[in-house]
Amino acid sequence: MSMATAIPQPAERENYLNKEYGVWSWLLTTDHKRIALLYLISITFFFFIGGFFALLIRLELLTPAGDLVQADTYNKLFTMHGMVMIFFFLIPSIPAVLGNFLVPLMIGAKDLAFPRINLLSWYLYIIGGVMMLHCMLTGGVDTGWTFYAPFSTSFTNTKIVEAGLAIFVAGFSSILTGLNFVVTIHRMRAPGMTWSRLPLFIWAHYATSIIQLLGTPVVAVTIVLVAAERALHLGIFDPKLGGDPLLFQHLFWFYSHPAVYIMILPSMGVVTEIIACFSRKRIFGYHFVAFSSIAIAVFGFLVWAHHMFVAGISVYSALVFSFLSYAVALPSAIKVFNWTATLYKGSIHYDAPMLYAFGFLGLFTIGGLTGLFLSALGINVHVTDTYFVVAHFHYIMVGGAVMGYLGGMHFWWPKISGRLYPEGWARLAALIVFIGFNLTFFPQFVLGYMGMPRRYYDYSHMPEFQVLNVLSTAGATVLGVGYLLPMVYFLWSMRYGKPASDNPWNAAGLEWKTASPPPTFNFDEEPVVTWEAYNYEELDAPHSEEVPVAR
Amino acid sequence: MLNNFPLWPQQASTLAPHVDALYIFLLIVTGMMALLVFVVVIFFAARFRHRPGVRAEQIEGSTALEITWSAIPFAIFMVIFAWGAVVYFKERTPPADATEVYVVAKQWMWKVEHAEGQREINELHVPVGRDVKLIMTSQDVIHSFYIPAFRIKQDVLPGRYTVEWFRATKPGVYHLFCAEYCGTQHSGMVGSIIVQEPAQYEAWMNGGSTGPLSATGEKIFAELGCVTCHRTDTQGRGPNLQGVFGKPVRLEDGRTVTADENYLRECILDPGAKRVKGFQPIMPTFQGLVSEEQVNALVAYIKSISAAKPAAGAKTNASFATPRDPNQIQAQADVKAQAQPNAQPNRSQVQ
Repeated sequence: MSMATAIPQPAERENYLNKEYGVWSWLLTTDHKRIALLYLISITFFFFIGGFFALLIRLELLTPAGDLVQADTYNKLFTMHGMVMIFFFLIPSIPAVLGNFLVPLMIGAKDLAFPRINLLSWYLYIIGGVMMLHCMLTGGVDTGWTFYAPFSTSFTNTKIVEAGLAIFVAGFSSILTGLNFVVTIHRMRAPGMTWSRLPLFIWAHYATSIIQLLGTPVVAVTIVLVAAERALHLGIFDPKLGGDPLLFQHLFWFYSHPAVYIMILPSMGVVTEIIACFSRKRIFGYHFVAFSSIAIAVFGFLVWAHHMFVAGISVYSALVFSFLSYAVALPSAIKVFNWTATLYKGSIHYDAPMLYAFGFLGLFTIGGLTGLFLSALGINVHVTDTYFVVAHFHYIMVGGAVMGYLGGMHFWWPKISGRLYPEGWARLAALIVFIGFNLTFFPQFVLGYMGMPRRYYDYSHMPEFQVLNVLSTAGATVLGVGYLLPMVYFLWSMRYGKPASDNPWNAAGLEWKTASPPPTFNFDEEPVVTWEAYNYEELDAPHSEEVPVAR
Repeated sequence: MLNNFPLWPQQASTLAPHVDALYIFLLIVTGMMALLVFVVVIFFAARFRHRPGVRAEQIEGSTALEITWSAIPFAIFMVIFAWGAVVYFKERTPPADATEVYVVAKQWMWKVEHAEGQREINELHVPVGRDVKLIMTSQDVIHSFYIPAFRIKQDVLPGRYTVEWFRATKPGVYHLFCAEYCGTQHSGMVGSIIVQEPAQYEAWMNGGSTGPLSATGEKIFAELGCVTCHRTDTQGRGPNLQGVFGKPVRLEDGRTVTADENYLRECILDPGAKRVKGFQPIMPTFQGLVSEEQVNALVAYIKSISAAKPAAGAKTNASFATPRDPNQIQAQADVKAQAQPNAQPNRSQVQ
């Protein structure tokens, strides 16, 4: 097949990709699908920058001595890795790419409520991103992505203000996306698309948007305060100036803990769609899954100080935040149980998206359960600020969120590009990512309980940690291959992939009822919804394509 | 092989077995939960794989099941929560008669000062079987005093004291790490906790001390002229400090605070913030004029002249290294002699 240079096409239907050509038709587009692709290209760029930093970090830790890079370079590497991955990849990843593309399609709308604000949000992201790139190329930042004061405000002489400004601007991109989704989901649902008929992907994005709207302004204010203390020596966080360093941590984590849910909730939405489709079933306990998303968004705002159990807060506030952390764990557990129950008596297909969803289930379960260790006060004291924490949040934010993102990319790629990717390669990539991920991060749980602190570039005082670090670095190279593969075959498929039908998975959901790729205004006529979400029973009924033999 | 590849940290404090017990409990419980999910997922995935002609059976959901799989995990969570809280309370409640050691963190070293006056850098000598309380502050950014073998960690903040405690159970040399990222040489801010048998520890203690920390504090107290206002009678322009430590203090703004280490420290560095009722705001700030070590010495001195309760004090002294310097014994005796007659008027004045 790869011999064929061009596949003869029957006169192609007009769609959002071929309607107009030229740079300006993309840079000035207000089509949510094109903006989604703009985001896809930009976040992929930042993902590989962040990934490159990660690889350097792992290479440095291959040996106990600090021999590959210098201390300051290493400190900048993990800082920029965190900032790039969190603010320029994970937070926009699923909402700004898949959410942007799918929210209007799934609810039967022509576009988002504010198409031009949608474009503005991409430009803000790009402006923030360019500032971040400039900041990196001209010296970078060495505070860790957490910006802890007073180190960030009075001690480091790296580019705090510039990095802060970049995140500040990118934050507004996130706020605008959230605002757009909330209004769109409230106001633009097709006739008959009631709240209880919404795909759970939409519920997850609704919950995410609320966090983006309410949380992001707080981190924006915090960054402004850091800049103000740094530039004007106002006493806010530095005790020498009369400030309080714990105040910074409260403000920072008030956003940055919910931000974890900005990263994982959309991924849960993706996985819900995939599991339903490839089990050919409606989701078990639809309402519980929907409301657990909202519960996560609400409780997520009440647990921030569990990052501060050894920071100097009182014993009693630690008690409250520990308790609430268990409360926020429950909705996630409910989701896992409902996904599992959905498989029961299903008709399960093992296509690549489903393999990613299985991978998500495994990694997210481990990530979630190790969260129970960290919420236990007595254990937290020992493992906080060690590799145990590093492993835990990578299981959630990379194992969970990125696995879901890749699963979603595979699931909706035929809709986005109008082409099929090579299934064999995709399954192989899912396997490589899963194995590479576990090899990279599982040893870090052990390292953490052994006591290896985070953010050490040199562990020559404790050479006993080397074996586990070597395993982790080996895993990182495997993981790197796993992440590169999809990029290669997705690009390949855009030219050489088989054209996709409108609904290659025979999936439920309005997005599959329009062409692949969809026309600019999504639907030729406004859809009217008369069925419940995940109506796989009707889709698989004997009159549909696949005619089952009587049992 | 296992020397290069240990999978479990050493246990060297009274706390460590408690933390490890909870950890093992959690490993078992979460391991079972994970196993349950994985086995069921794999079983369903295999058992209900797509077969031609067999259609999925649609199931709406089940409120009873939802309640069950919410309630059972939540009950388990609460056990973990309560157990974790119990261990945490142990971690965070230093015994009243613990030996006190002052720690000053700075980029990128740990400075340690024992009450007896011994100073160390990046090392801390402690005897087996004695409660040790670390009173810690930072000269610059936030650090974190972490001893994995003891399972304890506490951030060390500029501008205030934080406290952690332990009782070592096994002689040996253990890692001390800075666990809160603090700049360029963060990974170089490591040291050793040297746990010794009491006899060895005494021998170490007897080697070259500059006199007890409280005596240093007394000297500073005189040099800075503190004594001119904080007199030992009721006539001073500042409050009499004898017997003040650990007691409630009524403030000018009506609040009452306990005169703990943090309060004394704040009064030295920011005297206006919590002014004692009945006194004029005439004390200058000593911010920038005294080092963290000098503040520690002053605090230690003020505490020493407050050791009013003979019972508790005697016990501390008894379990403490026997004073080696006859002058020191004399100095302590003098302090007590001065403290006793004035104890009553002091309290009424301060409150």
